[in-house]
Amino acid sequence: MRELLRLDDVLRLPRGSRLRFDDVRGTHVLLAPERTFDLDAVAADVLGFVDGIRSVDDIVTALAEKYVEDRGVIERDVIDLLDELLRKRVLDR
Amino acid sequence: MNASAPELPAPIGLLAELTHRCQLRCPYCSNPLELDKRSGELDTATWRRVLSEAAALGVLHVHLSGGEPTIRTDIVEIIAHCARTGLYSNLITSGVGGALEKLNALADAGLDHVQLSFQAVDKANAERIGGFVNAQAQKMAFAGRVTALGLPLTLNAVIHRGNIDEVDRFIDLAVALGARRLEVAHTQYYGWASMNRAALMPTKADVDRSIQIVETARKALEGRLLIDLVVPDYYATYPKACVGGWGRRLINVTPSGRVLPCHAAETIQGLEFWSVRDRTLADIWTSSPAFMAYRGTDWMLEPCRSCDRKERDWGGCRCQALALTGDASATDPVCVYSPYHARIKTLAAAEASVNAKSTYVYRSFSLGDRPASAGSPAGDVS
Repeated sequence: MRELLRLDDVLRLPRGSRLRFDDVRGTHVLLAPERTFDLDAVAADVLGFVDGIRSVDDIVTALAEKYVEDRGVIERDVIDLLDELLRKRVLDR
Repeated sequence: MNASAPELPAPIGLLAELTHRCQLRCPYCSNPLELDKRSGELDTATWRRVLSEAAALGVLHVHLSGGEPTIRTDIVEIIAHCARTGLYSNLITSGVGGALEKLNALADAGLDHVQLSFQAVDKANAERIGGFVNAQAQKMAFAGRVTALGLPLTLNAVIHRGNIDEVDRFIDLAVALGARRLEVAHTQYYGWASMNRAALMPTKADVDRSIQIVETARKALEGRLLIDLVVPDYYATYPKACVGGWGRRLINVTPSGRVLPCHAAETIQGLEFWSVRDRTLADIWTSSPAFMAYRGTDWMLEPCRSCDRKERDWGGCRCQALALTGDASATDPVCVYSPYHARIKTLAAAEASVNAKSTYVYRSFSLGDRPASAGSPAGDVS
């Protein structure tokens, strides 16, 4: 069974998972094998911080500062997003 | 995106059939019965233009397919051009022949993802189905190199009566090879596959068991292996939204440059297909008669026309409707609301009950593709 995502996990985008801006549709997307994830501005920011160096906790801190938002709310959103992408095998830890 | 047709969606995927040439002879091949010849294939410059036009039109993923795409001598350049234009390149390969030799160069050119087919896990069975000796060892070596290069690997298993009892072994193989993703795709009966339908159709009991195995493995392997399941049409209740809806998401370019709304669209007589040799991809997407024919819902008859699922499955598959009812505008008979639905179930059950060992009609590219006189073999795949 799968281990749940932890705040001290460090994630990275493996080869074959690519962030880009879709000029035609005016949205950020994550391109992965046989899948396209449409990203809103916050999700694009979260994934922009996924660099193989920052921990999940670091990402939450950075976003809480940027959006001046309650840390708990941000933490839940970040974990939901990253966990979903881990489950789909388009992120690595 | 287009002032004259504001609701026209931008295509998201391009299926680029680079060649029909292939070393394997799979009886479930969905390519048309009449294959494009090598001499008629698009050249490198045209593919570069098509890829650039696709990117500008909104395509994000390019599926490089065939036939065996690595047979093309310009496959590295084609993938490099995908990378240059921001397109996500997906190589759909059998992994045999010269594929391994080219793989490092393909990775260096910016290849994003590899989808590798396996005909079975059991070596003898795999080579019987694919009609190609020593395929399995080459595929294993190829898979090893894909993951060693850090490329994401998908294993593709087309399922039919001859390998449906190997579904659990496909799953184990995918894990052992370090694949991120496995496609368990029940055969879709188009093109060559429709000729072999009676030899390929599994029983309902075997289908149900295979789906159960996949569901169990999905839970057990969550986060390690993503398993995508394509259920067999003939046993379904509702049709699939074929290609995400006709002319809504996918563009298919054949080896010779004809542009199709779906892979099997040429089976529909009377549709007018335009070619990238004559027109831009944008022009074809917007205005080609073949794309206009079944786009949206205006073309629909009953029971689709008044159905609340019509914008979910878009009437199902046009080619299947034609093949099984004789009318491409009919509701896909896979649908429980189709008057033909009961007949399809009966047909599937009858064909699946054939006890004899499956005898396949093998695909062969070279048939009809070599000049009658002695000369250079136009169909040579090496």
